[in-house]
Amino acid sequence: MEKKIRVLVAKVGLDGHDRGAKVLARFLRDSGFEVIYTGLHRTPQEVAMAAVDEDVDVVGISLHSGAHLTLVPKVINYIREYGGNPEEMLILVGGIIPTDDIAELKKMGVDEVFIPGTPISEIVDFIKKKLPEKRKGNER
Amino acid sequence: MTNVNEKRKEWEEKCLKPWLRKTGQREERFETLSGIEVKTVYDPADIEHIDFLRDIGYPGEYPFTRGVYPNMYRGRLWTMRQFSGFGTAEDTNRRWKMLLEEGETGLSTAFDFPTLMGIDSDDPLADGEVGKVGVAVDTLKDFEILFDGIPLDQVSTSFTINPPAGIILAMYVAIAEKQGVPKEKIRGTIQNDMLKEFHAQNTLVLPPEPSIKIIVDIFEWGIEHVPKFNLISISGYHIREAGSTAVQELAFTIADGMAYVEAAMERGIDIDRLAPQLSFFFNSHNDFFEEIAKFRAARRMWAKIMRDEYGAKDPRSWWLKFHTQTAGCSLTAQQPLNNIVRTTIQALAAVLGGTQSLHTNSFDEAWALPSEEAVRVALRTQQIIAYESGIPNVVDPLAGSYYVEWLTDKIEKLAWRYIEEIRKMGEGSMLRGVLRGIENGFFVREISDAAARYQREIEEGRRIVVGVNKFTIEEELKIPILKVDPEVQRRQIERLRKVKAERDNEAVKEALEWLRSAAENDENVMPPIMEAVKSYATIGEIMGVLKEVYGTYKKPIII
Repeated sequence: MEKKIRVLVAKVGLDGHDRGAKVLARFLRDSGFEVIYTGLHRTPQEVAMAAVDEDVDVVGISLHSGAHLTLVPKVINYIREYGGNPEEMLILVGGIIPTDDIAELKKMGVDEVFIPGTPISEIVDFIKKKLPEKRKGNER
Repeated sequence: MTNVNEKRKEWEEKCLKPWLRKTGQREERFETLSGIEVKTVYDPADIEHIDFLRDIGYPGEYPFTRGVYPNMYRGRLWTMRQFSGFGTAEDTNRRWKMLLEEGETGLSTAFDFPTLMGIDSDDPLADGEVGKVGVAVDTLKDFEILFDGIPLDQVSTSFTINPPAGIILAMYVAIAEKQGVPKEKIRGTIQNDMLKEFHAQNTLVLPPEPSIKIIVDIFEWGIEHVPKFNLISISGYHIREAGSTAVQELAFTIADGMAYVEAAMERGIDIDRLAPQLSFFFNSHNDFFEEIAKFRAARRMWAKIMRDEYGAKDPRSWWLKFHTQTAGCSLTAQQPLNNIVRTTIQALAAVLGGTQSLHTNSFDEAWALPSEEAVRVALRTQQIIAYESGIPNVVDPLAGSYYVEWLTDKIEKLAWRYIEEIRKMGEGSMLRGVLRGIENGFFVREISDAAARYQREIEEGRRIVVGVNKFTIEEELKIPILKVDPEVQRRQIERLRKVKAERDNEAVKEALEWLRSAAENDENVMPPIMEAVKSYATIGEIMGVLKEVYGTYKKPIII
């Protein structure tokens, strides 16, 4: 049997808006992914630690706090520090993210940013398509 | 009514059915946004069980279905109150003055996440969050700047603040004193509703029981010192934003209100003294009639509860006064100008539902905090309804509509069912029932399930969101976005350090020690909080003492 894709759905920082993260976690689980949800108010260290400990393929970070340009790169750096390899993972961000910041986040190593209203099916398709592509790309 | 029933049957057979056979319908089943099935048409038989004088009546009289004031907006329009704040106190003070100049009639404060959570701007956990979703406040110094040139005897101010609500109230009182305005005269609202934080909004610091204890402290203190100030805004808004239905929003909010009243009565507070200082806060979502019915049902339920269940004597105590905000969760990032239309419909529902104050969302809020242009359009939306539409000239114009009256009654009945379930969990006590429901995950599960149901409908295309899953276009975002100056955090931390260096640290220490002893000995924490605020203690220092005494809360994970 094919190994299930493991996804960490994470809330980082002080932001309490968890509707998006929880709905996403539920739907990814129903779509056949292995889902770990961090719960609320996690520090970048805690999220990175969970990503490494749980050996996940995808890290999905949800923020509605405007703090993404500070917190997301911290998560990526700590993953590296704790011995994980963000190049082998898909790093996704969802929430209220202005267009200019989307470009900025992608430069920081984020694979895709999903804005409010994105159908979850689109996120599912993205993961299934991009995860193998990214890993293959790394082999070359 | 026999005639109506007979005629209706005849109409269904001879008129409707043949028509349906020919043309069909868009849906098998039509329902409200909350899933209440609705019929093709309503008639007098549908509201036969509703007694005009008993259940609807006249505005300004029990059961207040039609509004709390006899002439409603013919006297005074609702307060146009835009929730706003960002960056430092200077930035927000400027935005507030712009809004007041443009015709806003009340202030409403958005704080940043560190302030909301009761931590200081220099706390490592605050990194990246200072001034982002609202204004950064650490000490009374920030409030002095925030309210510079804003006379507190002339405006009312609402504060969306929960765990540190008592601290913010104390700061406002201190500013009034500095301005020479007697605290008995200041008007405004602190949200101070922790129960809905546990259900939905998640600004969580202290555990439920001490949270309630402090809220009741604020009631006790506020009745004496700030008699014109709303000491709580019992909020359904965030419950709805987290994904609940309209019925759940109504039921859980009323249940929370009952829990607060019971907690206050257990303390020995006179209900008729407290009641005028209670206020409510609801969401106005897309389903126009359902929202109007919800507001009308809310007033009727609260009047019954206060009079019949809790024995309030003064008719003023039976009023449910409320603020409304249009539904943030209904805004789309796609084709953002469409949000102006959504907000207009939602604002109309709030006005037709008899709101006391209103915030209209800005069209760019699925992207960022609103730009000046966007917030201006939002305010103008209210002004157009107020001054051009003619809607405010007649009180409760939808009363008597077969559909609206039926739906008001239906929503009330469904909400009562939830309330009885919660009461049962508390073995007769709403306070215990709500606390039990927090402990066992009842509220969170109910809301999460509703949110998932809503999302599933969108995913499957059964629910259409214009511009999102239908009528989509390829577009580039062309709207201007508000950018918070990245220097805000550094400047705020600098100011905090300066305040700490200049204040009388002995006085701070004494006030915090007094607070600790009050908390430990189950005394009212407001007098020491007042003292601490005046000595320029920080929000983080004050909350820090409360955390040490009462412990902190970690929410169980339920998805």
